[in-house]
Amino acid sequence: MSTINYYNKKNQTQLLGLVSGLGGLVLMLASSLSGIADSAIMWTALALMSFGIIIYSIGTYKDKLHGIHNDGVWYMSVSNRSLLAWLLGVIITGFYILLYFKPELLGQGADDMPNTGLVAFFDPLSMFLKGKPASQWFVYGTLYTVAIIGFGFKFILKYRGNRYQTLRTLSVMFFQLGFAFLIPSIMEGFNYPYYDAKNMWPLNYYFFNDRNINGFLSAGNVGLFMLILGLLLIFLISPILTYFYGKRWYCSWVCGCGGLAETAGDPFRHLSSKSTSSWKIERWLIYMVLAFSIIMTVAVVYSNIYNHRYELNLQPIFLVLFVTVIAIISLYFMWVKAGKYFSQHELLKKGVTIAISLILAIIWISYFTKSSNAFFIDSNQLNSIYGFYIGSIFSGVIGVGFYPIMGSRVWCRFGCPMAAILGLQQKFFSRFRITTNGGQCISCGNCSNYCEMGIDVRSYAQRGENIIRSSCVGCGICASVCPRGVLRLETGKLDITDKSKDMSVIKITESGVSLEQ
Amino acid sequence: MQIVIIGNGIAGITAAVSCRKLGNDPITVISSESKYFYSRTALMYIYMGHMRFEDTKPYQDNFWHQNNIELIQDKVTEIDHQNSVLSTKSGGKISYDKLVIATGSKPNIFAWPGVDLQGVFSMYHLHDLEKINSITENCKRAIVVGGGLIGIEIVEMLRSRNIEVTFLVREKNFWDIVLPKEESEMIEKEIRSHGVDLRLSTELASINSDDGKKIHSITTNSGETIPTEVVGIAVGVTPNIDMFKNSAIDVNRGILVDSQLRTNISNVYACGDCCELRNPSNGRRAIEPIWYTGRLMGEVVAKNIYNHELDYNPGVWFNSAKFFNIEYQIYGTVNPKLEENESTIFWRNKEKNKSIRINFDSNSKSVLGFNLFGIRYRHEVCNAWIVNKTHIEDVLQNLKIANFDGEFSSQFENELIDQYNKLYHKNIATKAKRGHDSVLEFFNKILSTK
Ligand SMILES: Cc1cc2nc3c(=O)[nH]c(=O)nc-3n(C[C@H](O)[C@H](O)[C@H](O)COP(=O)(O)OP(=O)(O)OC[C@H]3O[C@@H](n4cnc5c(N)ncnc54)[C@H](O)[C@@H]3O)c2cc1C
Ligand code: SF4
Ligand code: SF4
Repeated sequence: MSTINYYNKKNQTQLLGLVSGLGGLVLMLASSLSGIADSAIMWTALALMSFGIIIYSIGTYKDKLHGIHNDGVWYMSVSNRSLLAWLLGVIITGFYILLYFKPELLGQGADDMPNTGLVAFFDPLSMFLKGKPASQWFVYGTLYTVAIIGFGFKFILKYRGNRYQTLRTLSVMFFQLGFAFLIPSIMEGFNYPYYDAKNMWPLNYYFFNDRNINGFLSAGNVGLFMLILGLLLIFLISPILTYFYGKRWYCSWVCGCGGLAETAGDPFRHLSSKSTSSWKIERWLIYMVLAFSIIMTVAVVYSNIYNHRYELNLQPIFLVLFVTVIAIISLYFMWVKAGKYFSQHELLKKGVTIAISLILAIIWISYFTKSSNAFFIDSNQLNSIYGFYIGSIFSGVIGVGFYPIMGSRVWCRFGCPMAAILGLQQKFFSRFRITTNGGQCISCGNCSNYCEMGIDVRSYAQRGENIIRSSCVGCGICASVCPRGVLRLETGKLDITDKSKDMSVIKITESGVSLEQ
Repeated sequence: MQIVIIGNGIAGITAAVSCRKLGNDPITVISSESKYFYSRTALMYIYMGHMRFEDTKPYQDNFWHQNNIELIQDKVTEIDHQNSVLSTKSGGKISYDKLVIATGSKPNIFAWPGVDLQGVFSMYHLHDLEKINSITENCKRAIVVGGGLIGIEIVEMLRSRNIEVTFLVREKNFWDIVLPKEESEMIEKEIRSHGVDLRLSTELASINSDDGKKIHSITTNSGETIPTEVVGIAVGVTPNIDMFKNSAIDVNRGILVDSQLRTNISNVYACGDCCELRNPSNGRRAIEPIWYTGRLMGEVVAKNIYNHELDYNPGVWFNSAKFFNIEYQIYGTVNPKLEENESTIFWRNKEKNKSIRINFDSNSKSVLGFNLFGIRYRHEVCNAWIVNKTHIEDVLQNLKIANFDGEFSSQFENELIDQYNKLYHKNIATKAKRGHDSVLEFFNKILSTK
């Protein structure tokens, strides 16, 4: 046997895990297809899958000492874009397409008809948690949660000895299980609206839809609490946390998309493209999606208020004033507070200024011409276009389906409007940065290779420069895999104004490492 | 002014990139190993599948064109310094106004019986890696000779494919020409814990084959015969300067250079592994074949090509490595055996995979060096303490500022300080905290007193 196959070789524990996990999967499919389903079969299948992942992880890492376990990553078919990777990609993509566009093929019962197939398979769990039959979204949520918990366990084993990795993984597991799955399911059982508190606008692009808001409003104090919490999270808590800790508090400690990427997606993290052209595409795409989601949301809120679709006595002028205030704050920030930083990006500054002014102008014009739609577009239509292309195709089908081909953070990097907002904040108004340890870098490339966001970390590290990139989700993997101890994630009380200073305090020169005078 | 650089390793490439920062003159880099600069230090990671070759290239391929640096893959065979022209293997002639020689090292091979057999390899160049890949393809047993930094990397590579390895190390303790005994022992334990048959105080005597092709065993200097299929040799490197030996350029072991890295010929410079300093600065060696010195020298050469008249002054010594899972960092001077008037304090954890050692002057109490295993310290902070001859107690009180381990990780500075307190009947306590705030405060203080 060729020694290179050793990386692929599975030990007995791993095989047992594989048999158990795949067994659970087969049982689930067989039961869904044959229609023979009951709660015992369902629990057995779920248990087999979960234990499968756990046993497999134990088999993989039990004999390994603390350290970095990337041996053979680029030799394994599943993680080097070979046959297995494509196969997996096609399967996941197919599942997402069914989920979003053909739920009836998964067995979603139409109009109060009983579920069949895969959806019916999960009815017992759904009945148990919320006393209602399952839906395709419940199936999705369950599998999603199993994946994060199972592969989260694997991730923790892989990086055991590294407390940062352990803690943040426990955190995403907790938020997924509690906030995204159990609490909303149980609340739904009590007829409260579905509410995943950690899923914020603009990631949660339907937050301001009339159905969603009215759902909160009609659910009494609890609903009101949810609504206020949601608004606080968007406008207050999130910016504060990002100021203190960088966007990582969300992207790699809380978010479900990030959670899946960090756990189930971990074996694919090195597949992200590091080229400068990808970086360019990334900036274009992500800010376009952000602009789209803002325009869409403003339009939706405007027309909802204008047409009195919210069960609230709100006048359109409130929105107009609100948008105006936000716009002024943004402009003030860009031109005054962070003017120094934007001075190198004149074009960006002017572009954004024009965009903001345009939005403002259109809102005011719509208001004064008594148009029921801001931007003169039907907001419902805008909303459904966004939901289809961004919410479904981009974040789901491409975002997860393409894990084995394009790496685990395709959505987070190229599409997520939440990441775009947090990223801008991180870049210009946060204490977070990654510092570089003097002249110790040997340019080996491990950091760049394993950066799931495709940041060329090495290009900064080898110049002794700190890394402050809007896309960095603070996963800390670059720092973990660096064989020379060059990188550290930091938060300091010195903010934006001091950031540039500390970037230039330390210089590597011919006289060794020195302080710039 | 045409600048020509031989060798696209870290030294040659840093010279090229730094020259580009200083001017717009045409720059040509000729190298025989590969067209593009790659990180030699990452060779092991390619073998182990952590990265592909293309991931080890520190600059994207279009960088060179964008910065108008011409790359030629060819071997320089002759130098005509009178006419300032190089001849290459493919028959080309390249003229220069300024020449930089950065040809690096080549691995040492001694005349052991059987050393020419196909199963013998060393690891320095890309083609070595290709060879290792092919001869270990179906290999079950290997011998690695030489207990230095490259030797242990080869051992780790082979172990990652479950090849049984016997590791022959001449020294009594692992790398004891550099490491103090306690640290050596930690690494020995680490090596053995990865299933390696480590033989200390053992040298290679011969490599044995029946048919003159296939290796079946080696014999050690004590007469023991150990079965094996391949033999990895990592017994140091020598400057790669054969082609200059018959030229007008002064050579000794390496190409001799003055303090501005100029050779005896005024428009020819040398830097990196291949050069030998005529007058190394205090406490430094004439040849220091490591990455960091190559990088610093490359910068100095560029400045001097542009007439900055800059002396090469590498500052305080630093280095780092990784022994299987244990990272190693050194700042300043930590001798394997304490010199007269040197004192040391040393802390090590129970599992013997983390340690901190600080050496200081017994009389003046100023700090001399830091040796870290399994713990990361900040280069700039340690450097500043050493340069400023800071008192050991001052260092200890502020030691946490130097800690560069990740957030939430345990800190062991207090345990080290306890040792100091016990040893010297003192009552020192930590004053500062780990983290970026403290570091900036620390530097602001230094800057404001300057
Ligand atoms: C496996 C390994 C691991 C290492 N790890 C570390 C580490 O962790 N830390 C550290 O500090 N150092 C490390 N080193 C040492 C470090 O890599 C070297 O010190 C450094 O690469 C030297 O750089 P250089 O530019 O002087 O020469 P080189 O990198 O050797 O580059 C010289 C280039 O010139 C080419 N060349 C030579 N002669 C000619 C000619 N006549 N014509 C054309 N081209 C020619 C060669 O092919 C070569 O590509 C390691 C070395 C090895 C081999
Ligand atoms: S730069 Fe480092 S911390 Fe940031 S996303 Fe990349 S790997 Fe994670
Ligand atoms: S920062 Fe570390 S991992 Fe990245 S290139 Fe430098 S030494 Fe390698």
